[in-house]
Amino acid sequence: MKGFDLMAVLLNPEFSRMLVHGVKMTFIIFIGSWLLAMSLGMILLAVRMLPGRIASGFVAIYVSYHRNVPTLVQLMLWYFGISSLLPGSVQMWLGDHNGEAVFAVVALGLCQAAYFSEDQRSGLRAVPRGQWEAARALGHSYVGAMTYILLPQAVRNAMPALVNHTVSLFKNSSLAMAIGVAELTHAVKEVENQSFRPFETYLIATIVYLVCSLLLMWLGHYLEQRSRMAGAV
Amino acid sequence: MSLLPSMIDIVRDNWLLLLVGQYPNGPLGGIAATLILSVLGIALAFPLSVAMALASLSPWRALRWPVMAMVYITRGVPLLLIILWVYFVLPLLIGHSVPAFATMLVTLVGYEAAFLSEIVRAGILALPQGQMDAARALGHSHLGAMRYVILPQALFNMIPSILSQFVSTIKETTLGYIINVPELTFAAGQINNRLLTKPFEVYFILAISYFIVCWSLTQAINMIERRIAARRTASVAAESAMPATAASASGA
Repeated sequence: MKGFDLMAVLLNPEFSRMLVHGVKMTFIIFIGSWLLAMSLGMILLAVRMLPGRIASGFVAIYVSYHRNVPTLVQLMLWYFGISSLLPGSVQMWLGDHNGEAVFAVVALGLCQAAYFSEDQRSGLRAVPRGQWEAARALGHSYVGAMTYILLPQAVRNAMPALVNHTVSLFKNSSLAMAIGVAELTHAVKEVENQSFRPFETYLIATIVYLVCSLLLMWLGHYLEQRSRMAGAV
Repeated sequence: MSLLPSMIDIVRDNWLLLLVGQYPNGPLGGIAATLILSVLGIALAFPLSVAMALASLSPWRALRWPVMAMVYITRGVPLLLIILWVYFVLPLLIGHSVPAFATMLVTLVGYEAAFLSEIVRAGILALPQGQMDAARALGHSHLGAMRYVILPQALFNMIPSILSQFVSTIKETTLGYIINVPELTFAAGQINNRLLTKPFEVYFILAISYFIVCWSLTQAINMIERRIAARRTASVAAESAMPATAASASGA
């Protein structure tokens, strides 16, 4: 075995280019699926609160499916399965335009939306009923009471869970490697195969993931502190 | 669309492969391997996690810091990367090659122990401080109080969380696919490679199989959780219904 030499990997132009590209793809997938998950999660929450059993039953099934099927299987179902049902022209277009990354964003986003909507729902349920009644008694409309009184408190309650799930979404972006997206874990495998320096490459990836996750946790903690109301426990 | 009939055909032709893999003629695989891997993973991780939780709550820094560091690293690094680490480091440590199943098991034990130790820690911290004070006042040592007073209560309250960690473990065994562990996802991959033309059907069957296993376990956990909650509120209600003098008399 060769001696430990971090620079042999970092200073090699080819390897460092692959690793930087990997980090870039990891962030594209993470941010893309986070935005998709957050917006879809809000929509799912709104649909779930509609009167009538059909709409909320549909959301309950959606959430239950995405929480009980492994994320990797959902990715594979999208990439290998659902893509094969699409019309030929769409498949061609996706093949030319980085289809793996598109499917990774869609699959991870749809999966995480289930978690985000549940987090927000339990945050909303934790707001005392009196808040709602007081808001309506003061003359707020349904939407007004939601926007100004209930949702701000619900988001505060849901903050810790949302932060945790954001970090796990960031970590789950590594699963995209299984369908061939050239993100960080994929790049690490490639560099390791070419450089024969597994220890150094894994160490670099571990540090990158760890620093990013800890920064996300810290950012979440900071936002939690900032949004805490004076006098609230 | 003839999705349903062709899915039924695939299940009828391959049910044995999905259940036990190539078992009598090859390694055990399929759902059986998935379940064995997750049961062993959680069962081995549990004692380790209790030790880690006790270490992270101990007054000695030399015990606390390494455990906290390990927990943070596990929480911040994707499981996939940890699998790659173990896949590469474990053969170096023991000097000969390791089967994929054992690699995955070692990874799962370490990974789950870190997450379970956070659950155990939270369970211990959730008990009123009075429990520890009373146990110490009655003459227990720190470890004795943990062993006879704190842990039995904390672990009982944590049963639902530990079981839901078991469900996550089942979902995490799918990552063994990357290093070719023969389990359920691997079996589906084999079927897909043989049929070639029916990827949607094969992966949909795979998703449904996981859904059935995990969903029924989740329902069972919810039932256990309700029972435990009922038992806890019942005991609290009984205590508060008792007059103070009677309670202290029965306690003595």
